[in-house]
Amino acid sequence: MEKKNRVPRFHIEKRASLPWHISLLIRLLSILAAFVVCALLTMIITGVKPGDFLSTMVYGSFGTPRKMWITAQNVAVLLCISLAVTPSFLMKFWNEGADGQILMGCLASSACMIKLADKLPNGLLIPVMLILSVAAGAVWGIIPAFFKAQFNTNETLFTLMLNYIATQIVAYFIVRWEVPKGSGQIGIINQSSEIGWFPQIFGNKYVLSILAAVFMTVLIYSYIRFSKHGYELTVVGESTRTARYIGINVKRVIIRTMALSGALAGLVGFLLVSGINHTLTATITGGQGFTAVMVSWLAQFNPIAMIATSFLIIFLERGAIEISSAFTLNQSFSSILTGIILFFLIGSEFFVSYRIRRSANSEAGKEKK
Amino acid sequence: MFDITVFFPRAVAQGIPLLFGSTGETLTEKAGNLNLGIPGIMYVGGISGVIGAFLYEQNTASFNPFLAVLIPFLSSLLGSLIMGLIYSFLTITLRANQNVTGLAMTTFGVGIGNFFGGSLIKLTGAEVPNISLSATSICFRKNLPFADSLGVFGRMFLKYGFLAYLAIVIALLVSYFLNRTQTGLHLRAVGENPSTADAAGIDVGKYKYVATCLGSMIAGLGGLYYVMDYANGIWSNDGFGDRGWLAIALVIFTVWKPTLGILSSILFGGLYILYLYIPSGMNLSLKELYKMIPYVFTVVVLVISSIKNKRENQPPESLGLSFFREDR
Repeated sequence: MEKKNRVPRFHIEKRASLPWHISLLIRLLSILAAFVVCALLTMIITGVKPGDFLSTMVYGSFGTPRKMWITAQNVAVLLCISLAVTPSFLMKFWNEGADGQILMGCLASSACMIKLADKLPNGLLIPVMLILSVAAGAVWGIIPAFFKAQFNTNETLFTLMLNYIATQIVAYFIVRWEVPKGSGQIGIINQSSEIGWFPQIFGNKYVLSILAAVFMTVLIYSYIRFSKHGYELTVVGESTRTARYIGINVKRVIIRTMALSGALAGLVGFLLVSGINHTLTATITGGQGFTAVMVSWLAQFNPIAMIATSFLIIFLERGAIEISSAFTLNQSFSSILTGIILFFLIGSEFFVSYRIRRSANSEAGKEKK
Repeated sequence: MFDITVFFPRAVAQGIPLLFGSTGETLTEKAGNLNLGIPGIMYVGGISGVIGAFLYEQNTASFNPFLAVLIPFLSSLLGSLIMGLIYSFLTITLRANQNVTGLAMTTFGVGIGNFFGGSLIKLTGAEVPNISLSATSICFRKNLPFADSLGVFGRMFLKYGFLAYLAIVIALLVSYFLNRTQTGLHLRAVGENPSTADAAGIDVGKYKYVATCLGSMIAGLGGLYYVMDYANGIWSNDGFGDRGWLAIALVIFTVWKPTLGILSSILFGGLYILYLYIPSGMNLSLKELYKMIPYVFTVVVLVISSIKNKRENQPPESLGLSFFREDR
């Protein structure tokens, strides 16, 4: 029975470590391969030439100064959301609830803009909005963290469900505040008075989100790298037993870290309502909370690398939207391309941490001859 | 007026996609794979059926009811199988993070559904205004001819298309397989402790692959049922909504028991449409609040089941972890 003694010709083994430039090269190659597949797929579906594929993609992101600004703003917003979820992921708390936390922040901001418009001066209203949005996001983050810490409740599903609950709460208030009645939407809030609108910086409406992203990148980077809190949450993520052994209060770290994640998501909510959209819709986040999970993971939870990964995702998205509008196709084409790139990047991690070797024991090979 | 003979069939119609999804996910999770791509896979299952049916309706001269069911059914299975293979390859062969892979699958799957749903007519150059597969849908919704003559019993239990009964049969079969067969025992061993299973001579990779792919195919049928039976053959983008996530929540709610899933999915289906039956007068905004009932219910169930923390109600022990033989 020669079949029983068959030795596989290849086997997989873990790499000890890899110089950073090799692992970067592996990831870049996988992006390149993904682009080739995307170009081929686009060619099959639309008939566009691969060269045109790339130029249309680039045009979508950088074609005009306005497109460039919008690209920069989208990258900044996605980066902010990714930074917000990062502390919880480092703690291995699978927080899929950024969308809900952002929505609660948006709700708090809009509520202030609508209810306090003629009661507070703008200089006071904006700080109030900011504080309430951050608080609302933090509360929405603390709820699942509390149950995780106390009873080890599954946080993935809890945070997911909180997204839908937040969506319905927002939908409720949209119906209550709708303008005009029966339209099902709020419209631009305080359009003529611009009360509660964050003032434009350097007379440019896109700069604010970029500054916010820079601020948050520095904040999260130093929080994780240099603060005691950052150290504690990393230890909890590695092993709760070790954390308990060295005297870390695990429950407190879980709740504190999720409060921070939620608060930053609430800040993004404030940014979206006061700085960018000036309105409230139930789909204002556009599902970016999910995308942020992948952006953060692809960057290996490194805030600096997240700049690159969020840029990659936005570049794809805007490029694919350009392609789909050029061929009057459905805009969901961008989700397909994003999915393909993600598959390649996720797959490439295997080649970073493992290697495939021809089996040293080659007697099996000899017997075959 | 609240009429249980009207409410119950609607709850069942809402519950069947959830039942397909949760049965598929239970099978997958029992092999230790947490497939968060189920929402995307259900979209792909739905749209693959639509593509199959659309091409058949457009290209056939003589419409054969048997083929009209078989072609969408097989193309739906094929679509979800491909999704299952992508997920399995990434998480089992390449040992990728299951949470992230699952989310990417959902992005991809929902994208595929909405893209082909929105562009199928343009891509095939067909001359119809919208995708409406009413002829195929009638075949899918065919029920027993004598159901109406059996009064209330017939209206409540016999008026569904064949996919609804298939969902229940599959749930019973999966339950039997997991608890009463040796292969099922092996599969559970893989989910609980793959190293031990490996040492006992079980091919861990093969079990994980087969369970994940079969689970995807079962879940994909939920998408097919939704579009062909529930939605009368009319595809609308994002129409399937968040049912995939509810299906995953249902797995925890039923503590990984597909037989419990049959009743719980109908319960969830009922909660999903309960807001239509709660009187709210002229206050439309309250309806929006009532729509959160299924989600609040899920959260409450999650919390209660974690507080009770019974040993027999725990997830498979190695759920979400990838298996590498040399990791000890």
